Amino acid sequence: MNAPSTMKPFRHVGTRPVRPDGVDKVTGKALYSTDFKAPGMLWGAILRSPHPHARILSIDTKKAEALAGVKAVATGRDLPTLESLVMHVGEGASDIVDVSHNCLALDKVLYEGHAVAAVAAASPEIAREALGLITVEYEELAFVLGLEEALAEGAPVLHDTVFTKGVDPKPDRPSNAAMRVEMGGGDVEGALASAAATVTGRYTLEPVHQGYIEPHACVASWNGDGQAQIWTSSQGHFAVRALTASVLAIPQADIRVTPLEIGGGFGGKTTVYLEPVAMVLSKKSGRPVRLAMTREEVFRATGPAPGAVIDVRLGAAADGTLVAADVEFLYHSGAYTANDAGAGVSSAIGHYRIPNSRVVGIEVLCNRPAAKAYRAPGAPQVNFAVESAMDELAGKLGIDPLELRLKNAAIEGDPQTTGLPWGRIGYVECLEAAKAHPHWSAPLGPNQGRGIAGGYWGNYGGPSTVNVSVAEDGTVTVATGSPDIGGSRASMAIMAAEVLDIPYEQVRAVVADTASIGVSMVTGGSRTTFATGMATVQAAEEVKRLLCERAARMWGVISDQVEWRSGEVICLDGEKQGQAMSAAAIAGRSFHSGGPIAAVAALSAKGWLPGFGVHICDTEVDPETGHVKIVRYTAVQDVGIAIHPDYVEGQIQGGAAQGIGWALNEAYIYGKDGKLDNAGFLDYRMPVASDLPMIEAVIVEVPNPSHPYGVKGVGEVPIVPPLAAVANAIHAAAGVRLKDLPMAPDRVYAALHPEG
Amino acid sequence: MPSTAYHAPGTVEDAVALLAADPTARPLGGGTDLIVQMRAGRLSPGAVIDLKRIGGMSGVHRAGDAFAIGAATPCTALKADAALSAAWPGVVEAANLIGSVQVRNRATMAGNLCNASPAADSVPALVAAGAVCVIAGPSGQREVPVEAIPVSPGKTSLAPGEFVVEIRFPPKPAGGGDAYLRSTPRTEMDIAVVGAGVSIVLDGEGICTAARIALGAVGPTVVLVEDAAAALVGSKLDDDALAAMSQAVQAASNPIDDKRGTVSYRKAMAGVLARRAVLIAASRAGAKA
Ligand SMILES: Cc1cc2nc3c(=O)[nH]c(=O)nc-3n(C[C@H](O)[C@H](O)[C@H](O)COP(=O)(O)OP(=O)(O)OC[C@H]3O[C@@H](n4cnc5c(N)ncnc54)[C@H](O)[C@@H]3O)c2cc1C
Repeated sequence: MNAPSTMKPFRHVGTRPVRPDGVDKVTGKALYSTDFKAPGMLWGAILRSPHPHARILSIDTKKAEALAGVKAVATGRDLPTLESLVMHVGEGASDIVDVSHNCLALDKVLYEGHAVAAVAAASPEIAREALGLITVEYEELAFVLGLEEALAEGAPVLHDTVFTKGVDPKPDRPSNAAMRVEMGGGDVEGALASAAATVTGRYTLEPVHQGYIEPHACVASWNGDGQAQIWTSSQGHFAVRALTASVLAIPQADIRVTPLEIGGGFGGKTTVYLEPVAMVLSKKSGRPVRLAMTREEVFRATGPAPGAVIDVRLGAAADGTLVAADVEFLYHSGAYTANDAGAGVSSAIGHYRIPNSRVVGIEVLCNRPAAKAYRAPGAPQVNFAVESAMDELAGKLGIDPLELRLKNAAIEGDPQTTGLPWGRIGYVECLEAAKAHPHWSAPLGPNQGRGIAGGYWGNYGGPSTVNVSVAEDGTVTVATGSPDIGGSRASMAIMAAEVLDIPYEQVRAVVADTASIGVSMVTGGSRTTFATGMATVQAAEEVKRLLCERAARMWGVISDQVEWRSGEVICLDGEKQGQAMSAAAIAGRSFHSGGPIAAVAALSAKGWLPGFGVHICDTEVDPETGHVKIVRYTAVQDVGIAIHPDYVEGQIQGGAAQGIGWALNEAYIYGKDGKLDNAGFLDYRMPVASDLPMIEAVIVEVPNPSHPYGVKGVGEVPIVPPLAAVANAIHAAAGVRLKDLPMAPDRVYAALHPEG
Repeated sequence: MPSTAYHAPGTVEDAVALLAADPTARPLGGGTDLIVQMRAGRLSPGAVIDLKRIGGMSGVHRAGDAFAIGAATPCTALKADAALSAAWPGVVEAANLIGSVQVRNRATMAGNLCNASPAADSVPALVAAGAVCVIAGPSGQREVPVEAIPVSPGKTSLAPGEFVVEIRFPPKPAGGGDAYLRSTPRTEMDIAVVGAGVSIVLDGEGICTAARIALGAVGPTVVLVEDAAAALVGSKLDDDALAAMSQAVQAASNPIDDKRGTVSYRKAMAGVLARRAVLIAASRAGAKA
């Protein structure tokens, strides 16, 4: 792989052109999930469990089937019986049996909102009416929502098939501890005992929602010949295809999934909830079927990010050198095993050099919707605990919190928690940039305080396929299999234009359906600009080579005698020496010189590097009411190289905004009856625009040597530091350390007024 | 399928007749509560009677010092009326805390009141101001104080066929000032955890001669706290008087524990917000005294 050249200035990389999908989106023409209609389409609806935990004794659908206008009714019995198989398709991994039972419950419902039956009818009204005619007989079971409660002796066990993974020997009884992951090494207890300063704390977080604006929705059409089409909005249409085919036990190539525009996902659209059900309804009715969730269904039945209980102990020498860290956390897994504790473990303390460490993560099953990925899944929770503890440690040692971080910051070659050495990471560069930023030394007003926190996310590479083709007029189409969530069409066009050295507007990027491009992993893990970008560069390089070859053939010289220069082929030798041939001239004759010019790159991208961020937050705390105002916020991040800085800044700002919401007000609130009490955006309080100041994004560029243009990942890192940055700022402003999220006004007030 | 008829009568009499004809019929103001509740399936009226086409139903009317606000006037229009904003800034601010700009371009104070939510933002301010409702019904018109309209969450004292035609304010007293404050976790698009409306009159010496203090979200309906007002009257709003007022407010608060706030937090905030609102009202009263 080419090392990024800092010598050669880029022509396109680092510019801010308008995104090719922009006009459609701002004019409302873009097709999002519920904009799509198929001829003869039916309207589906799903009946959901009113109980948090119950055995399904019987389901009577006869009355619903008899209702005029109802064309199909489905239950879990309509899905095939499957063998257990863990599939790694999204961020994290799921057992296909769990995916199936989550789409339509079979014998038990595991959370309030769990799907138990579905109908397809001639209108949404009839579909809803039909739901009311389905009778489900339940035997209610004891339920459990809390982490420690779920692990307690005598707690209701959700699955009698789950024996804690990662424990050797295998436990002799099933339990709600779905999996346990441990990393680290050295003598933690010894180092803590001899440390000059130690801090200890227990931190708790509630589950939170990804907060995408567009609810899940799809249309499925399954023909008698076995072939099917699905139109859906997701973070990965290949993942939809793979999961749907597996749940239905049919060949993947029989399903063509067309990606519609996506109105936000943030990790929450990396699985299937509706598609297999819509398929079954379509097969039964012989018609295309739309299923769309309401906002309430999204809250009750799709995956939140896990809540957590985290215990942290840190120890340092008198000069601030960290000597030991002990971190143990419980994460909600919800109704099914999320296989995700590992990400939390490896995201806990790796940003510091700590010779003695032990990090343990346990995933806990409970009667909540199955946890799903949310932007840097598993990292913000544990980072909140560790970075709060770092702040406390700085206070104890009398060392500036930024200096304490700088002193211990991991650099290239230092071991990660896994033991493997870090590559070319940029944590120190981010800390230095934060220190140099005017925000860090700006004066503060009354009741104001400043907090800082650092964090990271591993990022990812993985499989992507890209097709770069040249039209007869020399313009270029880049087709990828990666849904565009944060501006990736623009970034792909920039990278292809950079390789070919042609104007950006001559390259158009599209997202192709599963039948039109090769397999590509989900847009998630901050992988798309890195991995799909690598495939784009590789395919564009091949197109460049083909153009040179064709020009050489047309000139009657050998390929070595031509060179690509400024978007044209130049003849270096012979009688045509010095002549130039444009892409248009070559492509215009391509049908006669060997055929159309196109190249596919299908690769599994390696060499990804983690991203690091440092956030500075100023809060003002109202001492009488506990209200916390974010008065200034600066987010510094190493992104490798910013291909399109606008969209990089947008990612950083968006992540910070979501992290601030998580810190201050967001939480799923369950009643004593085990039912969700705030299934909507009124009482699930994400920040509104007026809650936030302008979030200043500061881009630090420490290029990734393994990517042709130096890309690392961007999208997930910025949600990691805000939780602790806000908590640390509240501590600085008001002198109280809040260890339980969200830090809503009543919680802050209670901390400020312990007398009540 | 249950269906809902839509009527847009042109006169008060027609509206009364339509409402009287169907006990499930509902008046429609801005619809920012009604339509939302219908969509959520919580309400399925046989008819909605749109009040916006009735002459005089939209707009701020002024007779001398006294203002009357048509029931279908959106909150944004209140803010646009300079004289009303100068006379009753607390009421205008309260109405313009509702939702967002888009919501307030539709939402009305009459709808806010008749939706009968204990947390309705404009209601404590209206009660503090001493506003009254003009009600039209099958047996003619009557006037009742604003605080007499809500009887419990979601329920009003309006009889079948009745609706609010306008909200009237008493003449603004010399040396009078009002204010409304609410506590919400977010800055906007939120429901009051506590709301406090205050209207006071100061004489030339700065002595409080009259006061009305009303609270939202601390009981099933808006609470007019006479003890709190009494604690201020005769004082120069010194610390002792303010502390006594806050205590009376807390004592009168009887909130519930729910997802939006705890009992103890709501009580504490009622005291804090009432005191802050008194000070704002006083600065407004002083400015004009
Ligand atoms: C996003 C959003 C945010 C909101 N934020 C707030 C907030 O911050 N604070 C707050 O207090 N409210 C809030 N609300 C609720 C709502 O906007 C207010 O209560 C608003 O004032 C209702 O007025 P309306 O004219 O839209 O009422 P409508 O929806 O038209 O009517 C409400 C009820 O009153 C009845 N009604 C209407 N007019 C009359 C009349 N003249 N006589 C008798 N009955 C009548 C209707 O039949 C209905 O039952 C919010 C709503 C939304 C959707």
